[in-house]
Amino acid sequence: MLADYIPIGIMIIFGVGFAIVLTKASEWLGPKNPNDVKQSIYESGMEPIKSARERISIKYYMVAMLFILFDIEVVFMYPWAVNFRSLGMFGFIEMVIFIAILMAGFLYLWKKGAFEWD
Amino acid sequence: MQDKFIMFLSLFKFYTRDILFLSQKIPNLSSILINIHTNMNTNELFAIAPIISVTTLSIIVLLIESLIKKSERLSFGVTVIGLFVTMYFSITTFELSGTAFNQMVTIGGFASIFSVLFSVAALLTVVFSKDYLQKENANFGEFYILILFSTIGMMLMASAADLILLFIGLELMSICLYVLAGFFRNRQSSNEAALKYFLLGAFATSFLLYGIALVYGATGTTNINYIIQNLSNMNNSLFISVGIGLILIGLAFKVGAVPFHMWVPDVYQGSPTPVSGFMATGAKAAAFSAFVILFINSTSSEIKTVLILLSALSMIAGNIIAIAQTNVKRMLGYSSIAHAGYMLIGLAAANQLGRDGILFYLFAYMLMNIGAFGVISLIEANEEKNLQFDDYKGLGTKKPALAAILAILMFSLAGIPPFAGFFGKYYIFIAAVNSNLTWLAILGVLTSVISVYYYLKLVVAMYFKEGEEILFSKVSPLSYLVLIAIIILITGIGVYPSSILTILNQIP
Repeated sequence: MLADYIPIGIMIIFGVGFAIVLTKASEWLGPKNPNDVKQSIYESGMEPIKSARERISIKYYMVAMLFILFDIEVVFMYPWAVNFRSLGMFGFIEMVIFIAILMAGFLYLWKKGAFEWD
Repeated sequence: MQDKFIMFLSLFKFYTRDILFLSQKIPNLSSILINIHTNMNTNELFAIAPIISVTTLSIIVLLIESLIKKSERLSFGVTVIGLFVTMYFSITTFELSGTAFNQMVTIGGFASIFSVLFSVAALLTVVFSKDYLQKENANFGEFYILILFSTIGMMLMASAADLILLFIGLELMSICLYVLAGFFRNRQSSNEAALKYFLLGAFATSFLLYGIALVYGATGTTNINYIIQNLSNMNNSLFISVGIGLILIGLAFKVGAVPFHMWVPDVYQGSPTPVSGFMATGAKAAAFSAFVILFINSTSSEIKTVLILLSALSMIAGNIIAIAQTNVKRMLGYSSIAHAGYMLIGLAAANQLGRDGILFYLFAYMLMNIGAFGVISLIEANEEKNLQFDDYKGLGTKKPALAAILAILMFSLAGIPPFAGFFGKYYIFIAAVNSNLTWLAILGVLTSVISVYYYLKLVVAMYFKEGEEILFSKVSPLSYLVLIAIIILITGIGVYPSSILTILNQIP
């Protein structure tokens, strides 16, 4: 019964060991030239410690929402593309209707200026 | 700037992972697609013609709004015509029965009746909104689009044969209503209404969804008919009880039954007045349609006890608190809690007459309440003025036509014959007596008597008190026309109630 878990145990040991060995190896072998920028937590320049109540421009939310819209569209297109032959003309028309509905929303966003950054 | 870019990258990574995960599930999805393909025919498309018609209409209005400048008048016209077309399709699909799309939607009968109700509610709301929005300088085409989208959601709810479709319909309806509640974005009370409704509504929806998940876990299906038929011989009774209880909480929130009513007065008071009318009737009717689909045939004594409790509490609390109100919209908010209580009696009675009574009541209530909110929206002045009971003093001499119409609507809401409100209550109380709930019917009658006080308080203020001079805006002939049509319908249904009841009897 417990013997069934041996492969999992080996897998965990190897997984953890591999990660430890690689990080330690690069620590021992690699050259070390630290400077202020490299020592900071995020090299991008983002301050790690500051007020959490930062206001983020609404533009970012707009882009995020638009992204989800087209994301969902793609998710629906995958199975359709896989079964394109078996679904035939019916599937094609269905997909055209689906895209047309989404495009109506896209057109609305475009005309209302949701894509203009400034 | 850079950190925000990184934030986006991580977001993007998250979604890429999502897509990869879903693409592993594709074999399942594709079998569903092929299934739909082989089973679908054009009859099914005709069967959901009302839903397709509103959807097409909303997309057309969306395109008008995005392509044509200053298009509010055009949007209004197209919406009105389109809603008439929807009504036509709803009536023509009434004869059908059964389910469509792999047992996802119920067609004909029940669903068609509700489609008629929702399209009439949307139509009346849109007509009253036109004057109101112009008065408040908020006449944007988006208003019509949002009303139409939420109408689609309501229709989906009423025609749901699957819990998932029920949930999608509820979400579509609610999200549009959250936005509509905050439509006056510069007005503090409107913002409060939107935020309150959104937070509490989202919370209630999560209750409903968790309930659906538990029922699915216990039964292995989301098909409503299958669940109802096999409820008695299922083993996981704990999960099912908890699941059904959570679903009940979610729906009770949407109808505004006590103790899930805290949002109702604030939201109805803060929202644009015609939207309050739409929420009080359309959204309530949609939630009741789900109630009827799920619980009308239930024989479980626990569910019955809960429904009786909800109904008794709603009638008592709604009617008594409404007495203390000084704001007319708030008073109608509490009165709508009480009306939800009356309709829950029909649900607790759980018989054929109870269901027909609820449908009858919903029709009567829809006409009365949208009418009442409509008149209030016509009397209301900029920045929420003219909404107190004191402002209605002397209205009988200042605006005789509006006052007379509002008085008739108040009589009907109070349940005084010969108006439609009386027979709505009558059928529901008879249904309660038929299933040995006489005490609940008596409680209903007693609380109706209480309600007469605050409805007539408005009539007394209008006709028997002297008021100061207040400013009114012009009322368009179209609004008068619609109000007169509502009065004729209310009186017609009240004098000749069997006309509606025979139609309702045909629903299997």
